[in-house]
Amino acid sequence: MSANTTTTDASPTATSPAVTGKAVSLPEPAAATSNAKIMRTAGIVLLVMGIAAPFMAGNFLIFQLTMMLIYAIAILGLNILTGINGQFSLGHGAFYAVGAYTAAIMMDQFGVGYLWTLPVAGIICFIVGFLFGLPALRLEGVYLALATFALAVVTPQLFKLSPFEHWTSGVMGIVISKPEAPFGLPLNPDQWLYFLTFAIGLLAYVCARNLVASRTGRALMAIRDNPIAAGSMGVNTALFKSLAFGVSALYTGVAGALGAIVVQYISPDSFTFTLSVALVVGLVVGGVGWLPGALFGGAFIMFVPNIAEELSKGLSGAVYGAIMILMMYAIPTGLGGLLKAALTALSKRSKTR
Amino acid sequence: MSMLLEVTGLHASYGDFRVLHGLDFSVEKGGISTLLGANGAGKTTTLRALCGMIKRTGTIRFEGNDISGKATEDIVRMGVAHVPEGRGTFTGLTTEENLQCGAMTRRSRADIARDLEQAYHWFPRLRERRNQQAGTLSGGEQQMLAIARALMLRPRLMLLDEPSFGLAPLIVQEMFSILRKVNQEEQVSMLIVEQNAGVVLELADNAFVLETGDIVMSGTAAEVRDNETIRAAYLGY
Amino acid sequence: MELLAQQLITGIATGGIYACMALAVVMIYQAIHHLNFAQGEMAMFSTFIAWQMLAWGVPYWLVIPLTVALSFVGGVAIERLIIRPLGDAPVLSHIVVFIGLFAVINSLAGFIWDFTIKPFPSAFGEGSQFGGLISNHQIGMIAVTMAVLLMLFLFFQYTRVGLAMRAAAENPASARLVGIRVGWMIALGWGMASAIGAIAGILIAPIVFLEPNMMLSILLYGFAGAVLGGLTSPTGAVFGGFMVGIIENLAGTYIPEIGGELKLPIALFLIVTVLVFKPTGLFGRTVVQRV
Repeated sequence: MSANTTTTDASPTATSPAVTGKAVSLPEPAAATSNAKIMRTAGIVLLVMGIAAPFMAGNFLIFQLTMMLIYAIAILGLNILTGINGQFSLGHGAFYAVGAYTAAIMMDQFGVGYLWTLPVAGIICFIVGFLFGLPALRLEGVYLALATFALAVVTPQLFKLSPFEHWTSGVMGIVISKPEAPFGLPLNPDQWLYFLTFAIGLLAYVCARNLVASRTGRALMAIRDNPIAAGSMGVNTALFKSLAFGVSALYTGVAGALGAIVVQYISPDSFTFTLSVALVVGLVVGGVGWLPGALFGGAFIMFVPNIAEELSKGLSGAVYGAIMILMMYAIPTGLGGLLKAALTALSKRSKTR
Repeated sequence: MSMLLEVTGLHASYGDFRVLHGLDFSVEKGGISTLLGANGAGKTTTLRALCGMIKRTGTIRFEGNDISGKATEDIVRMGVAHVPEGRGTFTGLTTEENLQCGAMTRRSRADIARDLEQAYHWFPRLRERRNQQAGTLSGGEQQMLAIARALMLRPRLMLLDEPSFGLAPLIVQEMFSILRKVNQEEQVSMLIVEQNAGVVLELADNAFVLETGDIVMSGTAAEVRDNETIRAAYLGY
Repeated sequence: MELLAQQLITGIATGGIYACMALAVVMIYQAIHHLNFAQGEMAMFSTFIAWQMLAWGVPYWLVIPLTVALSFVGGVAIERLIIRPLGDAPVLSHIVVFIGLFAVINSLAGFIWDFTIKPFPSAFGEGSQFGGLISNHQIGMIAVTMAVLLMLFLFFQYTRVGLAMRAAAENPASARLVGIRVGWMIALGWGMASAIGAIAGILIAPIVFLEPNMMLSILLYGFAGAVLGGLTSPTGAVFGGFMVGIIENLAGTYIPEIGGELKLPIALFLIVTVLVFKPTGLFGRTVVQRV
């Protein structure tokens, strides 16, 4: 059972060819560049807003925006695995947790500087992800979803296990101190962490886009769309699928490390299945297979629960769930799918003019 | 001769891809008609459109009633049985359970029991395999089962999609002779889609030749059989 | 020896519950090829309804059929109103809807009945038999589970509707071609799965106590059982559920490292191990993949 993803490549300007019996109809060059222009303008606007935000918002909002970016990075990782490579994961919270604990333990037990924890968390998560990818090779579709769901439910338990308590402090959790802005920059800690996350997020996005546009990316997508055909064309499916898991875990692990630093406290119960599930929701809402959607997804899972709580304190979960369900009726393929449909409609209209 | 099935202006598409471009044809009551053409001509699509399995526009009248907008289950309940491409047997159920499925919409247990016996009479090989899983039957037996199951509906019209596909010539002969008997003794009209034009033209009364979504010839089976140009161009023999 | 017998019995008793959940999950999976992640929450909600009725003084023997009936209707309603509108949406979109459903039901239960842990009375009284070897409730659990499974078996094997449901699950297109109303068969499947879940919830509540988060781990064990048996096989799912119950209890008792804290990871371990060696479960049918 393959994931019914929106089969877009990284660039939202190319419309995926409709299944016509005739030659593939791409939008006219004029329309294509106008689509590209729209996306580029939107990107620049977001960039400017992103840089300006911490100077205009209070500390708590900055913290929330930082968390939003962190979730976006985590969702970007999940998108690489699920959207680009077609492997389900309902358990990505586990990698987030590994990244978070790596960072926390390094800072708390070994006094390592917080910046160093990020690449280390990334590498460790890459290895963990790759190792998990190996048995996952045997699991398809719904079975992989189940196995990863089980992983998600079990994650808090794993970090409570007594043999590991020496490192993880078990249920008590780990407290981290907040880093100050370096080089005496005129930023308060919240602003500094925001910009750090922003920079990492940008870097992550650029790397992801390059990955998807590369031969590796095409191999990953080929495996997603038709694994048997890909294999028979000489693509080392096993290696690529495990690599996809590894890279995906790397992204989410770095996000987790950042999350630990920003929140300054982690405990096993910070990483229940709710987190894994939220990442999936963010992925779908943003658009499976559409990398920029990760930002929208991150915003969704960061802010909509708050909105839900505003609407009804006691029933916030129900409101959030209802919003989720309604979104799926309205835009089952997420924001990415919606934009793709809109751009296709626009380019069709400009063709007939 | 009253028309059992009348089709006017039938269009069908898969998404944006138009397959049928306005077909007009009809099937006589009591007759056997065949829809011929090469691969990709739209024959299977036509049957699917008649049964409401895909989106279509146009008018389809069965026994005078307009079925153009009805759902598959409702059309079936009105007396149209469709033996689909690939047989569509319930491979996980036993042979007899498959036949019982065919009688799902009928009430009288006595009638159903009688029809079950009749089905085994038409297709004795199925009786031997009645408690076997349908998936373990050979291709020919599964085709027989699919036809027998359709007959359990007591249809007035049976649509068959490439019944000879993948079957040995001897089996095909046997199957078509059974179909002829069923047509004559049970008054079941038939519309048969076939690539194997030679065999089905021996059986049918009327024929339509389809080419990429248009009917390029219609007439009696004899007319089509004797038309060398049509045979060479569209039927490959 | 007595400890082994006790643990086996406990394993079979809880295994029956897991079997019921596994069966509910597989029934829906066979009908719509999606996993209902909210199955546990639906069962939990039904159990709360039962609790409420008991609290209002409705006699136990009336509460059970009422709850089962209400759960049936609820399941049908959820399928028709919430799941069906999704139509052909991608798998992941379905998953998000199930997650949303989970959140809604969980939140509603917490809102109506709050999150404090409540005791739930057993239908079978408090005593035990054979010198404490097996409790009345455990006898009840095993008996009810067996009865439910038997009824379902008879239903699917020997009734017309059961046959229609099996046909619709196996091949919806062909089922339509014999006049079966596939949509309603799916709704029926949901109703039945929901009813089974209600029974499972009522049976397990006296042991794990009633609170909105009680069913998550039980659902996971149910998933483990379904995977063990194979998602394409209802009988396999049932067998898998029992196996999971027995393994969970024996492992928890006899392997010293595995205390209460490792019980859930065992379920994960089981799922992954079985799938790695037998990707379609012990009894599942391998699907031939065509290019």
